[in-house]
Amino acid sequence: MKQQHKRGLAAVLVILVLVGLGALVISQKVSAAGAGKISGTVKLDGAAPHMRGIDMSKDPFCDNAHKSDPAHSENVVVGKGNGLENVVLYISEGLSGDAANAKSTQVPVFDQKNCMYTPHVLAMDVGQEFKVQTSDQTAHNIHPEPNPLTGNIPWNQSQPPGAAPVTKSWKTPEMIHVKCNIHPWMSGWFAVVKGPYATTDENGAYTIQNVPAGSYTVTAWQETLGTQTQKVTVAAGAAAAADFTFKAK
Amino acid sequence: MHTNLLKWSLLLSAVVALCLSAVSYAQLTTNQQQEWLNSPAASSHVGNLSGSAHAAALPYRRYCVGCHGPLGDGVGENAPWINPQPRNFQLAIFKCRSTPTGTLPTDQDLYDSIGRGLDRSNMPSWNVLTKQERTDLVAWIKHFSPRWQNEKPGTPIQIPAEPEITPDRVKAGQEVFRKMECWKCHGVQGMANGPSSSTLTDDLGRPISPFNFTDGSRPLCGSTDSDIYKIFMTGLDGTPMPSFADNIKPEEAWDLVFYLRSLQPHNAYNAKERQIANQLGLKPVNPNAPAQ
Repeated sequence: MKQQHKRGLAAVLVILVLVGLGALVISQKVSAAGAGKISGTVKLDGAAPHMRGIDMSKDPFCDNAHKSDPAHSENVVVGKGNGLENVVLYISEGLSGDAANAKSTQVPVFDQKNCMYTPHVLAMDVGQEFKVQTSDQTAHNIHPEPNPLTGNIPWNQSQPPGAAPVTKSWKTPEMIHVKCNIHPWMSGWFAVVKGPYATTDENGAYTIQNVPAGSYTVTAWQETLGTQTQKVTVAAGAAAAADFTFKAK
Repeated sequence: MHTNLLKWSLLLSAVVALCLSAVSYAQLTTNQQQEWLNSPAASSHVGNLSGSAHAAALPYRRYCVGCHGPLGDGVGENAPWINPQPRNFQLAIFKCRSTPTGTLPTDQDLYDSIGRGLDRSNMPSWNVLTKQERTDLVAWIKHFSPRWQNEKPGTPIQIPAEPEITPDRVKAGQEVFRKMECWKCHGVQGMANGPSSSTLTDDLGRPISPFNFTDGSRPLCGSTDSDIYKIFMTGLDGTPMPSFADNIKPEEAWDLVFYLRSLQPHNAYNAKERQIANQLGLKPVNPNAPAQ
């Protein structure tokens, strides 16, 4: 009786392994086709929220830099036609094998300029190198705050005027908040994702390049409005469309 | 009678279900930590002593658990009344390190923090414990976090031999203090009253003050010249204090140490620095001087 039970269990296990292997092989084939892209627009539904002005009078350099162009917080930046800027789009499901592991050799730059972060949100691939630099004649410290239990370890480095850029990378996908303790209004994001990604421009438009043919879930992430997902199918070498709308809070 | 029985049994089963779920939640983490406790990472080496985590279970329960908690998450029963919050050993982010920012400390660093305590916090000095007990506790601390399973401690920063102190070096140190804009938080006279001092927060979002060089406080991570050198070169992880390792050269770093010493009130270490600063008639740095 016991023996029989064991045999049954073994059979189930074997079947599970075979099914798993089969799924792997099939998904491998999907990714082998030519690269397409996913593009679209991200919009805000509703009135653009008020972005607080920033008082930089504590630091004369920062204050002077914004004399003619007052600084505002950048949590929700709305452009023409209610397009949402700084939304990160990435493929959250359906990527396999090579496409998931392909790394961009580009080194995106996160600049500390006029006591603000440019860009406000810097998207990057897991393991992709990025640079943090300063264009300011005032000291900053660059202090990302990931959760160390994810595998991304927080650090905190000074960037006085004229400091050399620092080159870093992150180990796992995570939306990492970045701050400067010296200038408490400075707030930005490292959006670390796996696979191809895009960030919306000032009109809310985006294009994710180098997407192999296949069926995917695309996620749009906005720092205060949260995430939205959509199923998208990309044909070999073709362009697919996915528009997103976030409700204003 | 019948309904009463039903009511009681319902209540009882609800209580049992609640207890079970609570236990299984806690069990998950303790199970993992139990596994890590038996891993090679749960050991320590300080000088010629070797520590074993198992040996520290009792001392931890007796001396540490009240603040750091049974799971080492820094929320023991005393934690609500303590600021800054007791260290969360699960995150393994430590202020006092000889290793670069964003890396794990060495066994020696943890051992030193236990023995020294952390000034201006509720962490007292535990040098009443034997060296072996403290070494065992280092091993015990390392069993709380998955980070010790996956990461190695950073390579300690190199500290060159301390040069002879000269007036030129104290002056150069003041120039480093100005250029690196240490005064933004620490103030032009080191009185912790710089323009950014009032808005500083630690990684938990709690207000935190910069170090005041003038009120006689002990520096957080030890009192010797090389301890001060380490603080600004490694940064105090978990606080606003960043690492300056990329921006201050090793010789300049010693100059800065000498200048910082001259800001402190008279103590066992700084007679010469204070005398030189006096002779030079050093004025506080001028933050409005044009950047060079």
